[in-house]
Amino acid sequence: MVFVARAKIIDADDISRILKRVAHEILEKNRGSSDLALVGIRTRGVFLARRIAGIIGEIEGAKPDVGALDVSLYRDDVASRKASPVGVTEIDFDINDRVVVLVDDVLYTGRTTRAAMDALIDFGRPRKIQLAVLVDRGHRELPIRADYVGKNIPTSGRERVKVSLEETDGVDMVEIGEERS
Amino acid sequence: MNPPEILKSGVSGPAKVQSPEANRPRHLLSIAELSSDDIIRLLDSARSFAEVSKRPVKKVPALRGKTIVNMFIEPSTRTRMSFELAAKRLSADVVSFTPSGSSLSKGESLKDTAKTIVAMGVDAVVIRHSSAGAPKLLTEWVDCSVINAGDGMHEHPTQALLDLFTMRERLGRLEGLKVAIVGDIDHSRVARSNILALNKVGARVLLVAPRSLLPDRVEEMGVEVTGSIDEALRWCDVLYLLRIQLERVSESRFPSLREYTLQYGLTQTRWSRLKRKPLVMHPGPMNRGVEIASVVADEVEPVITGQVAAGVAVRMAVLYELLGGST
Repeated sequence: MVFVARAKIIDADDISRILKRVAHEILEKNRGSSDLALVGIRTRGVFLARRIAGIIGEIEGAKPDVGALDVSLYRDDVASRKASPVGVTEIDFDINDRVVVLVDDVLYTGRTTRAAMDALIDFGRPRKIQLAVLVDRGHRELPIRADYVGKNIPTSGRERVKVSLEETDGVDMVEIGEERS
Repeated sequence: MNPPEILKSGVSGPAKVQSPEANRPRHLLSIAELSSDDIIRLLDSARSFAEVSKRPVKKVPALRGKTIVNMFIEPSTRTRMSFELAAKRLSADVVSFTPSGSSLSKGESLKDTAKTIVAMGVDAVVIRHSSAGAPKLLTEWVDCSVINAGDGMHEHPTQALLDLFTMRERLGRLEGLKVAIVGDIDHSRVARSNILALNKVGARVLLVAPRSLLPDRVEEMGVEVTGSIDEALRWCDVLYLLRIQLERVSESRFPSLREYTLQYGLTQTRWSRLKRKPLVMHPGPMNRGVEIASVVADEVEPVITGQVAAGVAVRMAVLYELLGGST
């Protein structure tokens, strides 16, 4: 399957503005950054989480803890997917009684978020879990919503949203298109 | 009376429920059948699984609902426990089969046991057997994944994987690594699997043993050979000591224990003389005072217990790769 882009919806400047706004929203909602920790969902969520933490650090003077979560082992569709390499989960701080903001690039069915919450709870009992996403493309299959949304992009089920980030893809942008074989 | 349709599919095991072509069970029978990419992928994935064993909740739901049978026809404590922990940390259910001392011939009893297992609908069998090739034979009888946990003098693939994992984590690389393996190479499935695996990933292997404990045509294995452990110690990055099976000492090919220790043992004198100390590894359990001096064993123990911890991670990676996704 090959991704064929139809349109670029978000460019590098947009991403940088979105992350600044989300950082401010996180601080506003939680009244500052004490107790705050960000956990990115592998792969791209981790880089988004690091960037947001960096912005929060600039605003507040202290950078919140950042962790990385691989949810492969918690998915409900393990049996129907090809086994892919499992990434390393790194949460080397105590999450008990903290406000943990899960960060992901795209919110779609909500199944990844569900898996991430299960995984997170194995590390302790956060006071709150919140969700920040760069793109919400709809089509939820579970009762899950994001607390912080970069951009709502209405899509059809056939369409694909592709997020590219400097750290993994060399460029910051979000495209919409289709998978073709 | 014919059983109802639903029961039939139930007893045939999960692999048969879907199309047999698309979802044929996969096995781990030997290192020989793996590519270097397969090995590296398993080692990468083992690193992620090692993290799971360090969590407060040492369990992930990846293999929930899967059933794994430990069939250790030859006695083993650490490998069996290691597989059991690996399976449990992935949320699989584990059943242990213990041989009851049947008087049937080995092949016959294995086949009977295998058929019983098929009838119970399990997803994987982990087998250790004193006959080389028993796991391969098993794949012809059962419709589930088979994992070789050591078969006779043939192979012990997960041991080699955990050894390579340890070398890679401790020394940062495998390619070009100089590994000396000391001991009864000919009778050792651990040595055989390690030699194959190290060759595949581009490490260099030097065997240290008397000629009588080397396999025939050892030169064709892609290794170098020496009779001198002192030469090996000067050369190697990793010194891998095999366990001397004491029951073999009475055989004519084996020198006396005292002679073995003098010639091939990692004695205190040899160890203290070394300026650059290699990584010392041992598959366990160690014979202190035979292949390794007790004081040296104390010093290198962290690496050897590290190998044991790596064993769980590597076996989790293997189980997840075989059972964790569709092919």
